[in-house]
Amino acid sequence: MIKDITIGQYFPGKSLVHRLDPRIKILLTVLYIVMLFSASGFLGLGLGMIYLIIAFLISKIPIKMMLKSIKPIIPIIIFTGILNLFFVEGGTVLFSWWKLQITSEGLRTMVFMAVRIIFLICGTSLLTYTTSPITLTDAIERILSPLKAIKFPAHEIAMMMTIALRFIPTLVEETDKIMSAQKARGADLETGSVLQRAKALIPILIPLFVSAFRRAEDLALAMECRCYHGGDGRTRMRQLKAGVIDWVAVAVTVIFMAGIFVLNGLLPI
Amino acid sequence: MGILKTENLTHIYGEGTPFRKVALDNINLDIAEGEMVGIIGHTGSGKSTLIQHFNGLLKPTSGKVFVDGEELFADKHRLRDIRFKVGLVFQYPEYQLFEETVYKDISFGPKNMGLDDDEVDRRVKETARLVGLKPDVLKKSPFELSGGQKRRVAIAGVMAMEPKVLILDEPTAGLDPHGRDRILGLIKEYHQEKGNTVMLVSHSMEDVAKTVSKILVMGESNVIMYDTPEHVFAKAKELTDMGLTVPQITRVFVRLKEMGIDFPDEVYSVDYAKKLVLRLLEQKKG
Repeated sequence: MIKDITIGQYFPGKSLVHRLDPRIKILLTVLYIVMLFSASGFLGLGLGMIYLIIAFLISKIPIKMMLKSIKPIIPIIIFTGILNLFFVEGGTVLFSWWKLQITSEGLRTMVFMAVRIIFLICGTSLLTYTTSPITLTDAIERILSPLKAIKFPAHEIAMMMTIALRFIPTLVEETDKIMSAQKARGADLETGSVLQRAKALIPILIPLFVSAFRRAEDLALAMECRCYHGGDGRTRMRQLKAGVIDWVAVAVTVIFMAGIFVLNGLLPI
Repeated sequence: MGILKTENLTHIYGEGTPFRKVALDNINLDIAEGEMVGIIGHTGSGKSTLIQHFNGLLKPTSGKVFVDGEELFADKHRLRDIRFKVGLVFQYPEYQLFEETVYKDISFGPKNMGLDDDEVDRRVKETARLVGLKPDVLKKSPFELSGGQKRRVAIAGVMAMEPKVLILDEPTAGLDPHGRDRILGLIKEYHQEKGNTVMLVSHSMEDVAKTVSKILVMGESNVIMYDTPEHVFAKAKELTDMGLTVPQITRVFVRLKEMGIDFPDEVYSVDYAKKLVLRLLEQKKG
């Protein structure tokens, strides 16, 4: 039922990838994306694939999880695939019918793009698989903190994200309770037209909002009672520290990137 | 067959996962119509799980539940109708209020039953009177009311459906002594006036001792006892061993008995205790 909703897709573990500094992990993910987009041929992409497979093997994330992350983007892959197939021109014409024609270049672009999107999603989901949402917001705060110089509220944004993540399970539980209570009063949530069903949500949404506001007020009060006054001068329990392994990971990534640039220069297929 | 009956009712949460937990283990109950039942048991003993089976919010993992002789889940389409026979008031029911006015909120249940406007109006006014809400409160927004008032509105919302069985999960939780007495009083009044079956989940032995005609003791996913207060509180030691408290007055009399004064086992009300003490004093004088 409603309890089956999982938010974030963190897959707990103790692998090397899990233990990397989250800031470095975000940096590596960005480098990986740059890598994929700078590869001009299949050999470059192949190098990207080797990088991805190594990372996945080290992280010990089951292959099933990787496939699961691709599932929601299949329609996008198919859509772009069709566009590329029919509208990219060049090379020899393989097939033509009415105004549509499939060229060898179109076929190549379709496969190339599809592979690139799949790698892109796999790589970025590895980040969320191996980093808990709280750690991720921590890292985002630290990465954005230089922007404080131009009055960008990095700490506040990270705090908002943390609180939101913290309260998702609470609100899910609350929704469950309210739904049971209204069902006990004869609320009918399962049958009727779309409009009727939307209307049937009112007895659930209003108490949910009221309780969310009440919780927000309580939380704000509790935070103030503990002298919370924003990010200035706050120290942290979990210090983020980039160690040797982190820099090794960066070095390896940079080498792969260099490899892709070299391949682009030598064999631009 | 009583109004509520269970046959080998078992409920298991998270079957097939590492979090598997047996919440109810093979429960057989038969509750007669018109009874006022108090359900006691410590946290996690399965009280809330049990009551949610009585109106089909939870489906038994195995076993059967009968309401008024009709089996729940035998016919999916009948479920909603059967649900109207068993009114369930959850813990902190005031958090389920949502309408613009108290009147509209109380009428939510009766309207869902498909009653006509006159009947809905009659029921809203009658239950409002029963729970002690003044007519001018009916026009107010439920969010302006005090905590105790909100609770009474929420209870009225279920009572207005005139269920054959009214089940309340900790109706006095989080209220001050005055509010608590008021809620218990109105539940008692409702029971006397309507003669319907009422079930009351509670942590407070004092509340239960004062109000009910039968006590259902739950422990470790099982029904330990289902009997009259006299019989249940006569086993004061067993209850204390299970980590449940007994009314203060029972504790006093258990100690007195240990000190060698001849009192019966089942003292649980102050009035009865008073009579016993007076009788003993008379005997001493005479």
